[in-house]
Amino acid sequence: MGTMNITMREALNQAMAEEMERDETIFLMGEEVAEYNGAYKVSEGLLDRFGPKRVWDTPISENGFCGLGIGAAMTGLRPIIEFMTFNFAFVAMDQIINNAAKTLYMSGGQFSVPMVMRGPGGAAAQVGAQHSSVLDSIFAYFPGLKVVSPSTPKDAKGLLKTAIRDDNPVIFIENELLYGVSGEVPEEEFTIPMGEGAVRAEGGDVTLIAFSRINHMLLEGIPEFQKEGISVELIDPRTVKPLDLDIIARSVSKTHRVVIVEEGHRFAGVGAQVADEIYQRCFDDLDAPIARVTHAENPLPYAKHLEAVSLPSVAETIRAAKAVLYRA
Amino acid sequence: MATAANRKGRTSNLGERRKQPITLKTLKPRWKRAMEELGREGLVALYRQMFLVRSFEQRCEQMYQQRKIGGFLHLYMGEEAVGVGMLAAIGKDDYVCTSYRDHGIALARGIASRTLMAELFGKVDGLSRGKGGSMHFYSKEHNLLGGHGIVGGQIPIGLGAAFSAKYRDSGQMSLIFLGDGAVQQGAFHECMNIASLWKLPAIFIIENNQYGMGTSTSRSSAVQDFTSKGPGYNMEAIMVDGMNLLDCYSVVADAVAVRRKKPKPLLIEAKTYRYRGHSISDPATYRKKDEIERYRDIDPISQIRSLMAENSWLDEAQAKELEREVRDEVVDAVNFADESPPSDVAERGQHVYAE
Repeated sequence: MGTMNITMREALNQAMAEEMERDETIFLMGEEVAEYNGAYKVSEGLLDRFGPKRVWDTPISENGFCGLGIGAAMTGLRPIIEFMTFNFAFVAMDQIINNAAKTLYMSGGQFSVPMVMRGPGGAAAQVGAQHSSVLDSIFAYFPGLKVVSPSTPKDAKGLLKTAIRDDNPVIFIENELLYGVSGEVPEEEFTIPMGEGAVRAEGGDVTLIAFSRINHMLLEGIPEFQKEGISVELIDPRTVKPLDLDIIARSVSKTHRVVIVEEGHRFAGVGAQVADEIYQRCFDDLDAPIARVTHAENPLPYAKHLEAVSLPSVAETIRAAKAVLYRA
Repeated sequence: MATAANRKGRTSNLGERRKQPITLKTLKPRWKRAMEELGREGLVALYRQMFLVRSFEQRCEQMYQQRKIGGFLHLYMGEEAVGVGMLAAIGKDDYVCTSYRDHGIALARGIASRTLMAELFGKVDGLSRGKGGSMHFYSKEHNLLGGHGIVGGQIPIGLGAAFSAKYRDSGQMSLIFLGDGAVQQGAFHECMNIASLWKLPAIFIIENNQYGMGTSTSRSSAVQDFTSKGPGYNMEAIMVDGMNLLDCYSVVADAVAVRRKKPKPLLIEAKTYRYRGHSISDPATYRKKDEIERYRDIDPISQIRSLMAENSWLDEAQAKELEREVRDEVVDAVNFADESPPSDVAERGQHVYAE
């Protein structure tokens, strides 16, 4: 079984193309996804391949076209709605929360909403406060939505295919800084189920739990942990909701110490929920309170040095790891 | 088809001359044609439906007072001609969505009064097994895409149904009911533009009952003629008399006939009036008694009743008999809802996610 080395961008593109080939009810809609080939080129070539009936450029009306997707999903189609960045989903929040998430329930199971809302999220490089939000926890809060936050090209492809086939509304948050990152992806058809995490690095002292881009940061930082004599186990849950607690619990039963590292803010962040789940399930396994490393409690500033001190870092994670190891 | 420009000023609003109920003599040719098209049987059926909406909601008020119905209850009384007339002009396969004022739309769509009352009672035999309530009537069988609680929130959904119909080349239409208040929401404008840009088979129907909760349109809108919203989106717009069943029916019938083959959107403003407050908890003290009485003069149900009497289609005795039947139906709906069991508490966790 061969693999190919492709970027995250190409992996996402392949996932959409393969699924659109398989199922004619799937269409892609968003700002600049067709003729411009996507603001981040994720949809490159899809208009040429599938034509204007399947790939739609929209006016800048996120609430309108996102809701259009929901209505289309309720009436037999399977839309992929792209937000140029997930920050723009804020103006579509009424549709996402009140309609996508709640329609199946309010209708007593009559209308499902098989739909993917995807696009880049997270901090990029100096794009300022309004283009840098991490929205995982906001969407994960609402029952009815699934939230995916992949970190590798393989996961992105396999999980996007799964999301497209899912009968629920799926929030699929890509990381803007990962689009150009390459990785090995199987050549043959594959999917990855939601709710199954991955162990990115094995170690015995501390369990690190991270989503999306933060996994890359921590993997690259492993030599620095080693310099400090800390053996880390890195867990990437891959999907925020559903959350793979089994893989986390297994690791906690081995290391007894946890640091959750997230790109989002601290207050009511995803890490707070993960920590609570660990306390409920693994309390007796813990030898130290769980530590969290997060985005500081300020909007992301533009200036590079201020941006850097707002976001989680390897150095900060090492400090947290030492704290849970009582080595500080 | 008449356009906004040449029909402007045809409907009177408050402050203008008092409107008279329609008679055989004052029937416009289009209404006459609608009468012929519907025939006696058709018009009696629509009269029955309007009367059903009215009786159903009168009973809802009582049930609310008896605390059998809880939460919010937004009544449609006074606006019956709009929903009943317009939905009579479309087919079973067409899509419909509306706001939280959805009882009349659901009944006009042909959903059983028993099922609706059971939903209002929060019982297992309700449309959504008691999980939707008054504001959230959905029926897959009847292509009713909700009952929406956020003003204007249904508009993109109806647009999506229109998109879906065109995508599948199915010839279906999507009727999107919204109130005058929703005209000021961004969703309305975004969707008007997309519908026109992509020539989608969507009919936007502004049920202008002249108040967004307690704020009159004169205090919320820079223009009072909402058909003026059409031209800005290169969309045809028509004003209809929302108290006149024949006007409501015929405009949609004509529009649909043209649009099934060649999809394009339409904006309709139906000037109408709600007799009750915004919701059951609103005594509507912001309106003068005289204003309500003037609309009572042109009550949509009485107008059709007297028109049919004049045309010898329904005499007093027949009307009384029909009305008794309808009242019995509503009593039966209440009994059904009363006897319907509450759902098992496990219902709470059902339908959060599709399997």
